[in-house]
Amino acid sequence: MIDALARMRRHPAAFWVGVMLVAVALLALPFVLASVGTAWVRITNLAILFILLSLGLNIVVGFAGLLDLGYIAFYAVGAYTYALLASPHFGLHLPFWVILPIGAAVACVFGVLLGAPTLKLRGDYLAIVTLGFGEIVRIFLNNLSQPVNLTNGPQGVTLIDPFTVGNFSFARSETLLGLTFSGPVKYYYLLMLVLLAVIVMNLRLEDSRIGRAWIAIREDEVAAQAMGINTRNIKLLAFAMGASFGGIAGGMFSAMQGFISPESFVLVESIMVLSMVVLGGMGNIGGVIVGALLLSFVPEVLRYTVEPVQRAVFGRMLIEPEVIRMLLFGLALVLMMLYRPAGIWPSKTRKREFAEQD
Amino acid sequence: MEIFLQQIINGLTLGSIYAIVALGYTMVYGIIQLINFAHGEVVMIGAMIALTVIGTLAGADTGLAPVLIVLAGAACAIPVCMGVGYAMERVAYRPLRGAPRLAPLITAIGISIILQNVALMIWSRAPISFPQVVANPLFEVGGAHISAVQIAIILTSIAMMAGLTALVYRTRLGIAMRATSENRQIAGLMGINVNRVIAFTFIVGAGLGAVAGVMVGTYYGVAHYTMGALLGMKAFAAAVLGGIGNLAGAMLGGILLGVVEALGAGYIGELTDLCRYSWLAELLAGNCAQGQNFVLFGSNYQDVFAFLVLIAVLVFRPSGLLGERVGDRA
Repeated sequence: MIDALARMRRHPAAFWVGVMLVAVALLALPFVLASVGTAWVRITNLAILFILLSLGLNIVVGFAGLLDLGYIAFYAVGAYTYALLASPHFGLHLPFWVILPIGAAVACVFGVLLGAPTLKLRGDYLAIVTLGFGEIVRIFLNNLSQPVNLTNGPQGVTLIDPFTVGNFSFARSETLLGLTFSGPVKYYYLLMLVLLAVIVMNLRLEDSRIGRAWIAIREDEVAAQAMGINTRNIKLLAFAMGASFGGIAGGMFSAMQGFISPESFVLVESIMVLSMVVLGGMGNIGGVIVGALLLSFVPEVLRYTVEPVQRAVFGRMLIEPEVIRMLLFGLALVLMMLYRPAGIWPSKTRKREFAEQD
Repeated sequence: MEIFLQQIINGLTLGSIYAIVALGYTMVYGIIQLINFAHGEVVMIGAMIALTVIGTLAGADTGLAPVLIVLAGAACAIPVCMGVGYAMERVAYRPLRGAPRLAPLITAIGISIILQNVALMIWSRAPISFPQVVANPLFEVGGAHISAVQIAIILTSIAMMAGLTALVYRTRLGIAMRATSENRQIAGLMGINVNRVIAFTFIVGAGLGAVAGVMVGTYYGVAHYTMGALLGMKAFAAAVLGGIGNLAGAMLGGILLGVVEALGAGYIGELTDLCRYSWLAELLAGNCAQGQNFVLFGSNYQDVFAFLVLIAVLVFRPSGLLGERVGDRA
């Protein structure tokens, strides 16, 4: 992706025109979507959240090559941190710019907690342990309503505060210059800002000393160590960074939904985020974004098409859209690995690595 | 003491099921160093098929002996699961044998999603319950109870383990399997059809999985399309506990894990009841005086033990109880 940008920079005018066009399109997008239906703005917002998550997981899986199957746990930690500090559950109502960093920090601590004992493990063991970790977090969230009610168990936390800055609430609709900014539209702009910041951070990370160290570890850990990289610390850092991104996304999810329960943080979600990273192209930021967009929107499109199509063809619903969605996921994972293991838009090094093995 | 004995009996039953599933993981790992993530789903398919067949036969009033009905269920489940195991190896693992480690792991996840949703399509979301066809008398052992089904499960799993050991250590095929796991290339040079041996390993593992599925279904009396994931993870933990790749280890690990889980679930509530500790009871006097307990963790944390065991083993003794030290092959 960096290369693509660098090539564009050689034609400064074309580059800036391109940037402007994309920016205008992204600014106008929520209004276009809102005219179709507010639901689509919400779907887009969730898609952006998933991009955030996949970018976070991409650090762990794509850059550092550590297969993490419990990533949704960090999302859960972030979401619950926000929910508990800004809801009537404990009667706390801290402002979001205080909570989001706390959420990121707590998720980061969890990342280190998970990473520290497991980083010596080989890849496939790590996968299972992280998977178990994700389940443990969910089991705890489900059961920590006794003896002290921490998480409110399976009922989840309700009435979570939306983001507010002074009197400006992200939940209300407002009219400005003849345009109606509904709640989801406002969140869209906020999410876009965060996304932009995260993308820039990721791009800078990828080419930094740390990013190169991650990629070196992914390619050959022993060689990386021989080159003087402190593999343990660098791997821990990958876990911690990935987890904090997950924590931030979780906090935003919490505020947007206003309600969270352990149901939202099941294994399938971890697998979905992983599929986004794998499908798009592990280690390539652009690819990961494409993957996340594809996997967020295709199921929604399916939801709206599968039922009418089946009713038209068979006269009744034979297969639920949810099942079709998951079957496609599974098939996509298998087929991608068999025929295009480096993803839709692979990173250059990854592509080389997969090609060499043939 | 009775509770202790009862939990041991329950643990042994559960453990022998884990052991059979763990064997499936460990055989495949031993031969191609791959964690067959989808193995839990094979067990699930086995349980679903067996319960469907048993339910149909029991409902059809065929006059067959109950034991025969259960055997018929197993007889239908085993070949189907073997087919699934073979197809899985052929489609998702064989083409990736030289690929980086991540690749087969991801296809395995894909396969397990597919299997789960195919099961959902066929059997719907509702759990299938197991009809009470077998009379299940309870026997008393020193104050605790053991049911006929539990005895049958334990005996069957002992028989399966003995059979598998005989297969691996007494037959030509077993020699070929061990040779392949030792060194695939040289085994090939010695005239062993490596691909066939690996496929056969998957088939045997899936067959064992089917039997385990029948056991789980019969024991809990219910099967559900999501049951495979957790069972698979626990069995994998058992395999790692015993030393992955080691047959005796998988059996030992499975049984140990079952007992740990049963004892843990039985006692954790009591052990973490803070009112039992005098120095804390004073602090929590308000809570304890009303006769309430102050239990930190109840038996609903049962599913956590397997993961704690897994993490502890991986951190302190990654080679497992019986495993040999394996070098990093990452």
